Amino acid sequence: MLNRFMQSRLRGLMVLAVILFSLPVFLSNPFHYELATQMAIIAGTVVGLNLLVGFAGQISLGHAGFFGLGAYFTGIMTGHYGWSAIPALVVGAILVGLIAWIVGRPILRLKGHYLSMATLAVGFIIAIIINNERQLTGGPDGMPVPVFDVFGWELSPFGTYSLFGIELNGSEAWYLFAAAVLLVAVWLAQNLIDSPIGRALRSVHGSEVAARVVGVNTARYKSLVFVISAVYASVMGGLYAHFQGFITPAVASFDFSIVLITMVVLGGMGSTMGVILGAVVLKLLPQILTHFQEMEAVMFGLILMLTMIFMPKGLLPTLQMAVSKRLKRRAGGQQ
Amino acid sequence: MNALIEVRGLDKAFGGVHAVEGVSFSVQAGQVYSVIGPNGAGKTTLFNLISGLYTPTSGEIRLNGESTARLEPNQLAERGLCRTFQQMQICMNMTAIENVMLGRHLKLKSNLFSTLFRLPSLLRDEQACRQRAKELMEFVGCGEYLDTDASAMSYGALKRLEIARALAAEPTLILLDEPAAGLNATETAALEVLIRKIAVQGTTVMLVEHDMKLVMGISDHLLVLNYGRVLADGTPAEIRQNPDVIAAYLGG
Repeated sequence: MLNRFMQSRLRGLMVLAVILFSLPVFLSNPFHYELATQMAIIAGTVVGLNLLVGFAGQISLGHAGFFGLGAYFTGIMTGHYGWSAIPALVVGAILVGLIAWIVGRPILRLKGHYLSMATLAVGFIIAIIINNERQLTGGPDGMPVPVFDVFGWELSPFGTYSLFGIELNGSEAWYLFAAAVLLVAVWLAQNLIDSPIGRALRSVHGSEVAARVVGVNTARYKSLVFVISAVYASVMGGLYAHFQGFITPAVASFDFSIVLITMVVLGGMGSTMGVILGAVVLKLLPQILTHFQEMEAVMFGLILMLTMIFMPKGLLPTLQMAVSKRLKRRAGGQQ
Repeated sequence: MNALIEVRGLDKAFGGVHAVEGVSFSVQAGQVYSVIGPNGAGKTTLFNLISGLYTPTSGEIRLNGESTARLEPNQLAERGLCRTFQQMQICMNMTAIENVMLGRHLKLKSNLFSTLFRLPSLLRDEQACRQRAKELMEFVGCGEYLDTDASAMSYGALKRLEIARALAAEPTLILLDEPAAGLNATETAALEVLIRKIAVQGTTVMLVEHDMKLVMGISDHLLVLNYGRVLADGTPAEIRQNPDVIAAYLGG
């Protein structure tokens, strides 16, 4: 029953909402809030990437490129040209979607390792451009990004706000905002998955031949999901830029692409709640592992390896299966 | 009368091997048309050519008078052709009914906006689609599996599920590649009844099958392939009498 409860779409969303909005009870200082806000933003990116990887069975090893493009576009338009944040995010998302569509059309004909290499190259190219366009991006030194605003109303990590009469400091307000954005991102992703378009996407993963003979234009759907996941990354990248107030080319780096894909695989490909858990775990681990000092990287790799060996389906799906098995056994014992 | 499928001088070579060589035949609408032949005779290759998964080396296939040379499988599906596979192609990452609902892909208007915001129009379509899928699953005899994960279903049930998915597209021509392979006698008998029901509804059926009892019982017309070439072509009664067929295949 718990399993059914976890799988049902709206309930999953409600559980997530309860967790997100009760989390502040456990957060005691601005650093915690900063970490939680980053987690929410990156989780949103990973939810989008999971549409491509977990549901449509394609891969992108260059997704940080789209995240970085979103971040820098917003940074440049608000910083250099005085745009408001919302139009910068929207126009940035449209542009990134367009770029993803243009590069996606040819490279999504590739499969497996070849697709990995091609997306890897896309990520590299974007990172190189960001590094080299010094006048616009500040090059390797990075660039400052203005405070997030909604047509003049500003949301700064250093401000104070009141919501329904509750006094909030800036980092608390940002966390709540990022949590709300994550909920919307999850809701949209779930709507997409549980629809005719979503079935067509999943069929590309399940059996591309079957998809084609029932009339699915697989090339078109691959492009579509690639664009959607790039738009997710772009919007989240833009928010990340505003939240951090300063961005460097690291946001578009290969390392970050690998972190994103690892979150998907670790959390559970094809499980929206799973990949959020993946994002949380992967963001938390380095904090916990600081106790191991110079052994930190070794422990990090070891944990990832062991998880993949013993939980190949990812954290959440494995846990769900274990729970439902236990419940079944208990129900069997009572009869 | 115009044939639904017309094949002229069809040839498919893999390297030096001609899997299908100089094959010509035509299928009339409303027929149950079976392709038989020993293993390696080129039956599945022929189906892959007709359904657009392979491109012919030479020769031509016409569907309703239109050449299919430049058409992708999904475009053929738009023109009413659907099929099942000898090596079943079921989406194991979905439930049984979702697989059948996938079959209705072309019947559904998919609009990104109404999808993302889950507008009432989408929900209505989905409801109707699910209802239709449910009826089809009952029609093929796997109605008890609705929300079962496809990966948890038995082989025989999956075979029927694949037929339900093909029917969901409301094809005018359905290609069944060895639907009875791996089924026991009871299941095969049920399959025979099912194929008859499909034909009665006016869908043209093309069948590749090894089970001679089944084939002889339900076919209007047979095409016998041997080493990629047409060995014989005729009604079941004619084929039974044909000395070449007896020598090559039936082993008389």
